[in-house]
Amino acid sequence: MMPDMLASSLSIVAPELILSVGAMFLLMFGVFMGEKSSQTVTGLSVAVIIIAALWLILITPLGTAFGGSFVLDPFARFMKILVLVGSAAAVIMSVGFAESERFNRFEFPVLVLLSTTGMMVMVSAADMIALYLGLELMSLAIYVLAAINRDSVRSTEAGLKYFVLGALSSGMLLYGASMVYGFTGQIEFTEIARVVSSGGHSLGLMVGIVFVLAGLAFKISAVPFHMWTPDVYEGAPTPITAFLAGAPKIAAMALITRFTVQSFGSLVGDWQQVIVFISIASMLLGAFAAIGQRNIKRLMAYSSIAHMGYALVGLAAANVEGVRGVLLYMAIYLVMTLGTFAVILAMRRREGMVEEIDDLAGLSQTNPVMALFLTIMMLSLAGLPPLVGFIGKYFVFMAAVHAGLWPLAIIGVLASVVGLFYYLRVVKTMWFEAPAEAFVPMAIELRAVLWVTGLVVFPIYIFIGSPIFAAAEAAAKTFF
Amino acid sequence: MEIGLGHYLTVAAILFVTGVFGIFMNRKNIITILMSVELILLAVNINMVAFSAFLGDLVGQVFALFILTVAAAEAAIGLAILVVFFRNRGSIAVDDVNTMKG
Repeated sequence: MMPDMLASSLSIVAPELILSVGAMFLLMFGVFMGEKSSQTVTGLSVAVIIIAALWLILITPLGTAFGGSFVLDPFARFMKILVLVGSAAAVIMSVGFAESERFNRFEFPVLVLLSTTGMMVMVSAADMIALYLGLELMSLAIYVLAAINRDSVRSTEAGLKYFVLGALSSGMLLYGASMVYGFTGQIEFTEIARVVSSGGHSLGLMVGIVFVLAGLAFKISAVPFHMWTPDVYEGAPTPITAFLAGAPKIAAMALITRFTVQSFGSLVGDWQQVIVFISIASMLLGAFAAIGQRNIKRLMAYSSIAHMGYALVGLAAANVEGVRGVLLYMAIYLVMTLGTFAVILAMRRREGMVEEIDDLAGLSQTNPVMALFLTIMMLSLAGLPPLVGFIGKYFVFMAAVHAGLWPLAIIGVLASVVGLFYYLRVVKTMWFEAPAEAFVPMAIELRAVLWVTGLVVFPIYIFIGSPIFAAAEAAAKTFF
Repeated sequence: MEIGLGHYLTVAAILFVTGVFGIFMNRKNIITILMSVELILLAVNINMVAFSAFLGDLVGQVFALFILTVAAAEAAIGLAILVVFFRNRGSIAVDDVNTMKG
C-alpha cells in the first residue's frame, strides 16, 4: 500500500524533481568548475527546463499526490507550461548580456531553476502548507536574484526593498492562513470548500481571506501592494527583470485563482469586492503613473501592474468564462512581455546598456526590424486589434460583462485608452524623432525570441489560437 | 479567570500589529525591520499553535514548524542582502535606501 502511494506521488511530482535535482547538480558543477562554467550551466539549465516541460506534457499523469496536498489537474498543467516557457526564455535571453556585461554568475540559472521549482509547487498547491512553501521557495530565490549584481548599489537596493516588502507580504499571507485554518479547522482547499459551503461563514474567516489575498496581491504587484515593482524592475539586472515580469506573476495568479475559486467558490459575494477593488486600482494606477516615466524598465513595471489589473477582471467574474479569460490573458501577457524584454535587452551601445525611452529615438532608421517588432509589441500591450493583446482583453472584459460587472469592464476599457497614450509615445519616439546613435547588432538568441514572440502576437495566433483556447477552456473547467 | 482562545488571539494580533508598525514607522535602521518581520512570523505561530490546541488538531503545529524553518532561511537571506547593500552604500539607515525614486 505505502510504496505504491509513494510511487504514484513521485510520478506526479516528477517535473519538480527534475528541476530541483537538476538545480542541485548544476550548483555543484558550477562550484567545482568555477566562474568559467557559467556558459555551460546556462545551457544545461535550459535543457533541464525543457526536459521538465516535456516530461510534464508527455509522461506525468494527472492526479493528487502526498495525501492531497499537491494536485496536478488541467489548470495546473496549463499554468506550469507557461511558467516553464517564461523561465526558459529568461535564461536564454541572459546569454548575450552575460557575455557583454561580464556578468559571469553561474548562480543565475541555478537560482532561476530553484525559483521555477517553487512556482511549480505554487501552481499545484492544494493545501496551505504547500502554498506557503512554494511561495517562499520562489520568493527567496528571487530576492537573491534581484541583488545578484552585488557590486551595484541599485541592484542591492532593489534586492533589499523586495526582501523587506516580500517578507511583510508573506507575514500577512501567513496570518491570513492561520485565521482560515482556525475558523474552518482545515488547510486543504477542497476541505475548506466543504466546510465553507456547509455554512462555516464567520468574520474571522473573512479576515483570513482578505489577508491571504493581500499577501498574494503583493506577488502579482497589484495595487495597493505595488510599491516595490518600479524600483525592483529598474534596479535589477535586465535579464532578471525579464524573468521577474513573466513566470512569477503567472504562478501567483494561478495561486490566487485556485485559492479564491476552489476553496471559497461559495463565498463569491465576499471576496469578489476585494478582487474588483484591486483590479480597478491596478488598472488606473498602471495607466496614469506610467505616463511620466522616462525609463523603459519602469514603464514596463507600471505596464505589468495595469496588466495584472486586467487579468483580475476575469477572476472577478468568478465563472468558467472568467477563469478561461485569466488563463488566456496570462499566456498572452507572457508572450508580449518576453518580446518587449528581448528588445530592451538589445538596447546596447558600444559603451554599455541604455534604458531610457529617448535612446530609442529614430530606431526605425537605424534598425527597422527591431523598431517594427517593438511597435507590434507596444500596440499589442495597448490592446489594439488585430494583435493578440486585444484578444486577451476582449475575453476578460466579455466575461465581466456577462457576469454583470459591466462598470468594471467600462473602467478597464477607459484605462486601456489612457494606457494607449504611453505605448504610442514609445512608438512615436521610434518612428518620428531624429535618430540617436545606433545600437550594436542584436544577439542571435534575442533575435530568435523576438521573432517567435513577434510572430505569435501577429499572425500565428490565428492558427494556434483554437487549441490553446480549448486547453484554457478545459483548464478553467477544473474548478466548476 | 480562565485563559481561553481569545486571549491567545489577542496577544498574537497585538504582536502582529507591533511588527507591521515596526516596519512602517521605523526611520532608523534596517535591522529593526528584520526584527519586526520575525515578530510578525512569531505572532502567526502563536495563532497557529493556539488554534491547533483549541481544535484538537495537530496540523496547526506542523504548520508552525514549517514557518519556523522558512523564517530562519528568510532571515539568513535578508541579512546576506543587507551585508552586500552595506558594502556598496556604507550605511543601513532606512533613509539611505533611496537611489531610485518615482
